[in-house]
Amino acid sequence: MIRLEGVGKSYGAVRAVDGVSLHIAAGEFIVLIGASGSGKSTLLKMLNRLVGFDRGTLTFNGADIRTLKPEDLRRRMGYAIQSTGLFPHWTVARNIGTVPTLLGWPAARTAARVDELLALLNLDPAVYRGRWPHQLSGGQQQRVGVARALAADPEVLLMDEPFGALDPPGRSALQTEMARIHQTTGKTIVMVTHDIDEALRLATRIVLMDHGRVVQQGTPAQLLDTPASTFVSHFFGHGELGLKRLGLHPVAELLRPPEDAGSPSVHATMSQREALSLMLLRRTDRLPVTGDDGRPLGTVFLSDLAVRPDDVRPG
Amino acid sequence: MAAGASRPRRVHQRVLALLLVASLVAATGLAFLTVAPNRLMSGTGVALTALWAPAVDGAGAAWPTQWAAALLLPATLLVVAVWLPPSRAVHAAVSLAAAALLAALVALAGAAAAERAAALPDIARVSLGGGFWMLVLLAWLAASDALRRLHLHRAWPLLAHAAVLLPVALLVASGALESLSLLKEYDNRQDVFHAAGWRHLQIVLTALLPALLIGVPLGVAAARRPGLATPLFATLNLVQTVPSIALFGLLIAPLASLGEWLPGSGVSGIGLWPAAIALVLYALLPIVHGTAAGLRQVPAAVRDAALGMGLTARQCFWRVDVPLALPVLLAALRLTTVQLVGLAVVAALIGAGGYGALVFQGLLSSALDLVLLGVLPVVALALAVDAGFRLLEAGLRPGSANTAEPAI
Repeated sequence: MIRLEGVGKSYGAVRAVDGVSLHIAAGEFIVLIGASGSGKSTLLKMLNRLVGFDRGTLTFNGADIRTLKPEDLRRRMGYAIQSTGLFPHWTVARNIGTVPTLLGWPAARTAARVDELLALLNLDPAVYRGRWPHQLSGGQQQRVGVARALAADPEVLLMDEPFGALDPPGRSALQTEMARIHQTTGKTIVMVTHDIDEALRLATRIVLMDHGRVVQQGTPAQLLDTPASTFVSHFFGHGELGLKRLGLHPVAELLRPPEDAGSPSVHATMSQREALSLMLLRRTDRLPVTGDDGRPLGTVFLSDLAVRPDDVRPG
Repeated sequence: MAAGASRPRRVHQRVLALLLVASLVAATGLAFLTVAPNRLMSGTGVALTALWAPAVDGAGAAWPTQWAAALLLPATLLVVAVWLPPSRAVHAAVSLAAAALLAALVALAGAAAAERAAALPDIARVSLGGGFWMLVLLAWLAASDALRRLHLHRAWPLLAHAAVLLPVALLVASGALESLSLLKEYDNRQDVFHAAGWRHLQIVLTALLPALLIGVPLGVAAARRPGLATPLFATLNLVQTVPSIALFGLLIAPLASLGEWLPGSGVSGIGLWPAAIALVLYALLPIVHGTAAGLRQVPAAVRDAALGMGLTARQCFWRVDVPLALPVLLAALRLTTVQLVGLAVVAALIGAGGYGALVFQGLLSSALDLVLLGVLPVVALALAVDAGFRLLEAGLRPGSANTAEPAI
């Protein structure tokens, strides 16, 4: 869908982005991660031409993006940023309707779309559509920012550290929303973050950048299991690699038949990392697991956590 | 009552207490009216309390006690309010009492002037004294302070202030004050006065429009190019430091020669042209500054989001930058216009006319009431301009249309 070949951008002698090649397929959730100044944000802004590039080629659905009008290109790509950039002089509804209005949608269609998106982001349309940005909490503002980016059903969603300004509970809640939105809409998403756990939780592919170059790209498991260099393993938190690895999988993958474990049950979607933490806290070696309806699904054992998920076939 | 008497009462309304003490001084120590044998000679003062004493020559009848009641009733209310704990009811009562006192003072001045003038020859003048002006000012401040403490929103503070002044305006219109020298001065110069008013507005608008047309684009340029801003503001600051009289004077010679060179163009060294040009120069700094400051405080994230979502540069400017910068620009424009209303008085020195013409004529002939006749409408005009812009600013605030800020 988006192909970058040897793309580069220099500011004077500094190479902000240096020969990046990246192929983004439809439906992927790409997370660009790296330290400040690694070029991840610059790379993201190249995709919608907020930043130009001086080397390489960048195509969107086969067309060189330099042949497309910037405004047209940007209206086909949703854009959400840190601190939301909501227009303070417009209501929530008008903010969300920005791109549909630019595209000339009839007012009724825009209004319906606004309500649909507010509901998607768990904001009651009747309550929130007439509010002003300054009347919302940080988390609500960010939800509106995401809704605004999704408004015209863009082909790609670009997000620049969208949850960076939120407190941990708010961030976690929005990460859950994003995972759900990605699953239900199948939208291609490119997100920039410096939050490793956010990247591991959301990405189908992580692109780790340093000094304008791509250091390694792959699934979260690939980056944790086979780091290309000590930089990569250090970046992902050397001493916690094993825990982060467990964090990628739900306990549902390790279930053995139900038994009375004598302790409160956990949900099947809980990550193995959380389950391990809970076992240590409760000083137990097993946890009963239930599904959505509260029926017991099975039991997860401490000993199974130590075995790689792809090596084990419990039953 | 019993519980309240057991502990010492506290002074709750310090501002009001201060205003009342000052009022007492003004009422007893300063002349409420001055009576002069003619319009140019300085008169002898009559204190407020002296109005009730029979006139020295025995001509004045005993002053009716209704007038004493009209003053003392609201004044007593205000004195009592000093010891009341603040609440909305108390603030509302104080503002009403102060407004009543203000109206009573003006009505009393008119009636007393009529009574004194009747006993004197036609050429004699009864003028408002320093005590009157002080008392009126203090009553206005008391009303205004109480209104501010009511925390009214949107257009209501302005309407409330206007309501305080309404009785005064009605008294003036009713003719109850026509024995006062100020009103006599107005009667004699009605045509000149109204012509001066239009001329004053004309001077202000002829300066304001070009200043906007030049200043706003310069402000936009300064906001976009910081390199341009520094020399631009240095130049405009320099203009601002030149005293207005000097600037008017400096423009006489070049404009006079320009007028000779272009006969029939209407350009001349004195009159509207140099006045308008000088005022434009003065107005430029605040307008350029307000425009640039307004644009600079638009959050970068908002602009980034706007462009990132596909607004063109022009759409971003008109839909995002302009509305977000407008409140700052309007505040600057309000100050500029108020400043111009005042500066236009000085423009009379180079023959531009306006209320300043009355002021300087009064000063040159030491006719104080004529000076007041020029100054009072300038003050009123400045206040009206200020109020008008504030209304506009309140209307533009996001959320003002359907949400009120929480009242405290």
